[in-house]
Amino acid sequence: MRVLWRVMVKEFLQIRRDRRMIPVIFVAPVVQIAVFGFAVNTDVTDVPTVLVDQDRSAASRDLLRRFVRSGYFELVGVEERASEVDRWLVTGRAQLGLVIGPGFGAALASGRRAALQVIADGSDAASVNIALGYAGALVRGLGADIQLERLRAAGGLARPGQVELEPRVFYNPDLKSRWFYVPAVLAMVLMVMTMLLSAMGVVREKEIGTMEQLIVTPIRPWQLIVGKLAPFGAIGVIQVFLVTAVTVFGFSVPLRGSFPLLLGLTVLFLLNTLGLGLLVSTLVETQQQAMMAAVFTAMVPMIYLSGLIFPIENMPRVIQLVTYAVPLRYYAEIIRGVFLRGSAIDVLWPEALMLLGMGLFLLAVAALRFRKRLD
Amino acid sequence: MRRLLAVTVKEVRQIRRDPFSLLMLIVLPAFMLVLYGFALNFDVRHVRLAVQDRDRTAASRDLMGAFVHSTYFDLVATPEPGADLPALIERRRARAVLVIPEGFGEGLAAGRTEPVQLLVDGADSTTAATVLGYARALVAEANAELVASTLARRGRRPAVPIAFEPRVLFNPELESTQFLVPGLIGFLLMLTAVLSTALSVVREKERGTMEQLRMAPLRTHELILGKTVPYLGLSLLATLIILVAARLLFGVEIRGPYLDLLVVVLLYLFGALGFGLLISTIAHTQALAFQAGLITSMLPAILLSGFIFQIRMMPAWLQGITYLVPARYFLVILRGIILKGEGLATYWTQVLALALYGFIVVALASTRLARREA
Repeated sequence: MRVLWRVMVKEFLQIRRDRRMIPVIFVAPVVQIAVFGFAVNTDVTDVPTVLVDQDRSAASRDLLRRFVRSGYFELVGVEERASEVDRWLVTGRAQLGLVIGPGFGAALASGRRAALQVIADGSDAASVNIALGYAGALVRGLGADIQLERLRAAGGLARPGQVELEPRVFYNPDLKSRWFYVPAVLAMVLMVMTMLLSAMGVVREKEIGTMEQLIVTPIRPWQLIVGKLAPFGAIGVIQVFLVTAVTVFGFSVPLRGSFPLLLGLTVLFLLNTLGLGLLVSTLVETQQQAMMAAVFTAMVPMIYLSGLIFPIENMPRVIQLVTYAVPLRYYAEIIRGVFLRGSAIDVLWPEALMLLGMGLFLLAVAALRFRKRLD
Repeated sequence: MRRLLAVTVKEVRQIRRDPFSLLMLIVLPAFMLVLYGFALNFDVRHVRLAVQDRDRTAASRDLMGAFVHSTYFDLVATPEPGADLPALIERRRARAVLVIPEGFGEGLAAGRTEPVQLLVDGADSTTAATVLGYARALVAEANAELVASTLARRGRRPAVPIAFEPRVLFNPELESTQFLVPGLIGFLLMLTAVLSTALSVVREKERGTMEQLRMAPLRTHELILGKTVPYLGLSLLATLIILVAARLLFGVEIRGPYLDLLVVVLLYLFGALGFGLLISTIAHTQALAFQAGLITSMLPAILLSGFIFQIRMMPAWLQGITYLVPARYFLVILRGIILKGEGLATYWTQVLALALYGFIVVALASTRLARREA
């Protein structure tokens, strides 16, 4: 036990001696939360729109009013000819062109079908897809109003029944994307600390040649492993407090579940990340390699294949199966569950069990490989 | 020139001796492209839906059918009245629950407006917003259908009054891979150029070999150029791999002139390599250089460049910061050349901004390096 303690103290001293690591440990998480909290917004409003109104009738003005009033579209320019719209889209000054051809109002008045052309810049597919959805809904709404009007004009006594949708959104009634993304930073910060920096910490001893010195001392391999990893785990736990505080108090994201539960389940996640960090350190020779391996074969794929940012349901079936092998998948569910849904262990136990099992497995494999290298 | 070449040869040898890193730099771009191509998909389909039909009439079954047959929703459960609906959502059995109340069909027949409830899991706000959009569209369609059938009963030809004709330029199928490729190039070049340069210089410092290089009869600019040229080559190779992979795997074609593409990539790399050098003059350890590179170049290239998240939607102060992110300008030009088939001339303001950024960064880096020399 005393030996173990000594190794841990040595590691802490080493982390502390690198003065510039302190801001990395404590400032970087805050910067990341700030960036995610403010930059990440998948709402689509005020789509820059250029208008070509060749009709200039009451009907075309009504249509335009509906577009602008919806808040989804912002008029940035007016052109005479439809061919001018391309210029706006090519330079990126507008994303959408609304072309109301001559005879739009006349067609509607006489009960014929009026055509409305919408030209969109597809180079940003995601936001344009949403903008086109809004435009379609607006036009359908106008069409429904016109049809009801016609029905009334025809002397309709029997009004048709209508369905009204009453949505009730759980956990995030205003659908703030911040509530979804900011808690996710916790997972990213923890991965940097406990997977990337722990791997680099172990490899640095190899690079500098101090690993040899450690091996000739009477430290047992398991003491060396635990002693080297525990400080990174401890800093990770401290970061949970920091990130949670900034998330809740800085960004008003609710923490509906219990904090001790979050902390406990985070420790299970740390088994996985520390195990992966150690595993990476046994596979590489230099810190640069450790960094590349940790970030690009572990961190980035985990982030994308975990549902942390991009929903798993949208992926192809085969990829969905792969996500079951990603520990972050379970931790992402835990973060969302505890923060937003206020879930307790009765709901989250399958995730907790998976994290525990995978974590022990990863640690065992990494420790075995590490020992073999020492011999 | 000969001395410059000597440094380059030394650096190339060093890179070659580390086949792992080389492999990463070459395989990584294609790997990332595939990963993004599959994961980054905002096309929400097959939403797990539960329907509680308390009405059980033809009208309620019609509405339920409209949801289930839309391909947006998969029916996963039909809970009985009195079932714990919020629990279905908390346990993630369903993302949305549609509740059709008793008397729904009767009310519609009598010409009343009937409410139906949709419970949505808002924990994933983006998906939830899309699900709500789908539901609203389906209900609007059902309403239009009700109006049309009433009109038909009165002997009138039901017709949609306005034909909505969207025409999407540059990416008619709205494939996400098309808009991913330019963003990915911007991000990966930051990785290969900024990080590799910074780490390779800092490594020499850490190992003490920098002193030896200083003592060699080399001028500062020869040392810098010699060290960066190999990474310039690697970065160009990475770009080429992404473009070829995008063409073969996802059918993304370059519509604009190749020469303009090369020029803008070189211009961007000029700034990125300069920034890598700047980091290397500040950081003493590789771990620190990595963190600095990650936070100042790679994260902004993903988050603050308009790659995934629109700059327009950010608060004003953050929009101000995005003007300092070179990837912001690079992305506009790259999308223009690759997707819109335009040339550099269309985007001269962005080109100017990139050039300005490059010169400032390189000037800063060389003054810092020169000062250490003295």
